[in-house]
Amino acid sequence: MADLTLETMSQEYYDVLKELGNIGAGNATTALAQMLQCKVDMSVPQVKLLEFKDVATLMGGEEQLMAGIYLGVEGDINGSIMFLLEQKSARHLVGKLMGMPIEGDKFTEIEISALQEVGNIITGSYLNSLSMMTNLKIYPTIPSLAMDMAAAILSVPAIEFGVIGDNILLIQTQFFDEIQLDGYFILIPELESYVKILSSLGISVG
Amino acid sequence: MSELIKVGMADLNICISPDSITTLGLGSCVGIAIRDPVTKIGGLAHIMLPDSTQIRNNSNIPKFADTGIAELVRQMTAKGANRSRMVAKIAGGAQMFAFQNKSEMVRIGERNVEAARKKLAELKIPILAADTGDSYGRTVIFYPENGDFVIKAVGKPQKVI
Repeated sequence: MADLTLETMSQEYYDVLKELGNIGAGNATTALAQMLQCKVDMSVPQVKLLEFKDVATLMGGEEQLMAGIYLGVEGDINGSIMFLLEQKSARHLVGKLMGMPIEGDKFTEIEISALQEVGNIITGSYLNSLSMMTNLKIYPTIPSLAMDMAAAILSVPAIEFGVIGDNILLIQTQFFDEIQLDGYFILIPELESYVKILSSLGISVG
Repeated sequence: MSELIKVGMADLNICISPDSITTLGLGSCVGIAIRDPVTKIGGLAHIMLPDSTQIRNNSNIPKFADTGIAELVRQMTAKGANRSRMVAKIAGGAQMFAFQNKSEMVRIGERNVEAARKKLAELKIPILAADTGDSYGRTVIFYPENGDFVIKAVGKPQKVI
């Protein structure tokens, strides 16, 4: 067990994440549609295991401006989660939420708090799904928002994954309303929590 | 024609003037630039974690401050740089989020910086300049020709240390 790494992670864990991606993104879509009062569609989420250097490329380059929402999870499992969205998409979402387009490059305080709320709802949707699937108690800690270059934001989950390996595991989902929004969900359980997640689903960990 | 060599996360590389070397979007990671002013051989390491001895899965040499810096110096020396002349500049080690959970991961940026300073001191390579900490990402470009270390951040003027 101590030698568990993402590279040797079972197919079952990918399936769990895929399912989590489906249900979580589904719930997030519903929540977004309610909040924005418009129709929101989503694509089938993809689970990807990537080397550190390739993650930022997937998101449009290391210097792509992203909004990242990061929070801890406590309860039956421990770890952290992150949700990333291109800043352009974040701007679009917040603009819709506030009922007006966002001008300029900088977000105002109220726009930041609106974005934080969007982040809460989306991450909450995923966490609820995980909790329902596994029947584990999962509590989020207070989320924190960063707007910066993709690579800089990703350094945080990369470092956490870095303790156990050289790859990062993420769920990519596309949301559509009038424009396409690429969202990236990263779940980083502590090593013991992987086992808890799997065994709660009746999957034995060898 | 001079070339701009790119170093990824948990990676390192060396170059000789007039070439320059860059790494994009340092967050809590630390970029360590080393140069021999005589041969104008330079190198850049993008480390993620402070200490390889604390991690079981530690075969990825450039990932850690201790092994990454040692390897960078080794490669530069193999190219003809002289260790006694080497000087360093460092950047990065930010805390990207106001909140970061889990005790061991708290202050990881700061710990990366401390580890880089410690390893450089051990190798007797003086640090001429540093731009570390705070809460924003940095893109860096290092010019072995004159030792300029250019630092770019979102919404901030570019600076040279």
